[in-house]
Amino acid sequence: MKKTTYISRLKPTISAILCIFLSIGTLSSLAAESTFLHVSFDPTRELYEEINKSFLKQWKVKKGNEFAIQQSHGGSGKQARAVIDGLDADVVSLALSYDIDSISAKSGLIDANWQKKLPNNSVPYYSTIVFLVRKSNPKKIKDWDDIVKPGVSIITPNPKTSGGARWNYLAAYGYAKRKYKSDEKATDFVKALFKNTSVLDTGARGSTTTFVQRGIGDVLITWENEAKLSLDEEKRSGKDTLEVVYPSESIRAETPVAVVTKTATEKGNLEKATTYLEFLFTKEGQSIISKHFFRPIDPATAKASAKEFPNIKLFSLSDLGETWDSAQKKHFADAGVFDAIYKTQ
Amino acid sequence: MLIETRPYKKIHFGISLGLTVFYSSAVVIIPLLGLFFHSLGIGVSGILEVFSDARILSALYLSFSVGIISALINLFVGFLFAWVLVRYNFPFKKLFDTLIDLPFTLPTAVAGIALTTIYSQKGIIGSFFDTWGIKIAYTPIGIVIALVFIGFPFVVRTVQPVIEELPKELEESARCLGATPFQTFYKVLLPELWPSLLAGTGMAFARGIGEYGSVVFISGNIPGKTEILPLLIVTKLEQYEYEKATSIALVMLLTSFVFMFLINLLQERASKKLS
Repeated sequence: MKKTTYISRLKPTISAILCIFLSIGTLSSLAAESTFLHVSFDPTRELYEEINKSFLKQWKVKKGNEFAIQQSHGGSGKQARAVIDGLDADVVSLALSYDIDSISAKSGLIDANWQKKLPNNSVPYYSTIVFLVRKSNPKKIKDWDDIVKPGVSIITPNPKTSGGARWNYLAAYGYAKRKYKSDEKATDFVKALFKNTSVLDTGARGSTTTFVQRGIGDVLITWENEAKLSLDEEKRSGKDTLEVVYPSESIRAETPVAVVTKTATEKGNLEKATTYLEFLFTKEGQSIISKHFFRPIDPATAKASAKEFPNIKLFSLSDLGETWDSAQKKHFADAGVFDAIYKTQ
Repeated sequence: MLIETRPYKKIHFGISLGLTVFYSSAVVIIPLLGLFFHSLGIGVSGILEVFSDARILSALYLSFSVGIISALINLFVGFLFAWVLVRYNFPFKKLFDTLIDLPFTLPTAVAGIALTTIYSQKGIIGSFFDTWGIKIAYTPIGIVIALVFIGFPFVVRTVQPVIEELPKELEESARCLGATPFQTFYKVLLPELWPSLLAGTGMAFARGIGEYGSVVFISGNIPGKTEILPLLIVTKLEQYEYEKATSIALVMLLTSFVFMFLINLLQERASKKLS
């Protein structure tokens, strides 16, 4: 009988250790290659492609060096969670300040007073919630009241999984609350709205696909820029089947940005990150923003692009007497209003 | 003495064992332990509380019922595919054989989007059924179709080799001894086939209840009606409720594990009987 040598008995351990070192080696070389990372939500992909180009050109003129900006896009909540779990973003731009607050509260990577660090509460652009309907508007949808009528089929994403959908929900809720001056009536209003909803996609882009490509539903509740983008795409492919309807009143959907201070400092990117976000508030940044259908905050740029953005009455979250924290708890958390809507149906 | 006559040396076995243990712990065991510890944070009573929610219960019911239905459909469809592929020759057979694996390799989201396009009210097949008043996409029927699509390769690929190894003489002698085609199938072929059929169906089922990518597109995600369990996990994660999310995952995992374990047990018993 052959005797197993000491070394051969150790072989499993040796090979396991070898594997660990190999994988650590690969991982750290991957980490070393990482550069400047911007984590953002879905509809801003095209916007930031252009912003980055323009910013890097300016940076090269001023500082004389170049660097690459990597972009990561996805649902706002999902992106926030990735940053909390360790995705080393230098800057974030998300659909709701609630998501940035969550990163700050749960990971400490962003300073608690992030909103005070940039102009306009760190909101370089905003948007609003509008309707997209079929050409010539067969269901005669003019305002929020028209979409909750029986027989209208609504497409909107699920507020539990989509930041945009939370804006949709709060726009409807806010409209009803301001009109009927009662929380109860406002709740009934969103109840009627979700009764008319036949598909709850997980994100805004998914809802657009359901409405535009699949032809499901009479009205899509969506971001203004997403609606305009759909029209733009139709124009380019020579089709003409959609129409944008502006309700009498809608929400001012503020989409903030922030430097992920801790990560950016560790990576030596703090200056780049701050200058990058400040660029969004410059004339040049603002005009790129308005080109991509987000509403600019700079009055002069807003005036120049007034034709693109009809002047409708906008109310903010604070006009409803809410903060994101309270709205989240009241409407979207477990056993909140949204859950109750589906419990009674 | 036996060891020395083996064609391989024990030293190679050592390296392979080391690699196997390392990889299975890194890839399977450690992440699963993480899952356990995460959900243990809220305790057993917490987990039970998660499952007292009506919405989660209805998703649980939906996920398991569409899982069972689609697994049963896969049992028949997969068996038929495997049988035809082994026993008959036809043009482009190799091509069809390769196509079977497509649901394995296709990103499930792509499958979901494609299926939804076809089966929605305005789609090619969906519009046909719509004239009869049957809606497919955004109903449980749509979910079943998605699960059949992603699950049937499991059945085909587990049964196919077994059918290939069935000696043709077995059937021929049965027929010679006067068995009807049904008797031949039921009494002679099925006892050889059912362990692999069961294994394939079990895998299709386990995969089906956990399937997310293709289902979220076709289901419509209406709470209490077409919301599946994996979607609720994502929903909980979006609310930063990691513990609740992992508790749902844990219950799904345990159910799948028990299911697969029972199937393996049955299979082992069957193979002992056969040999």
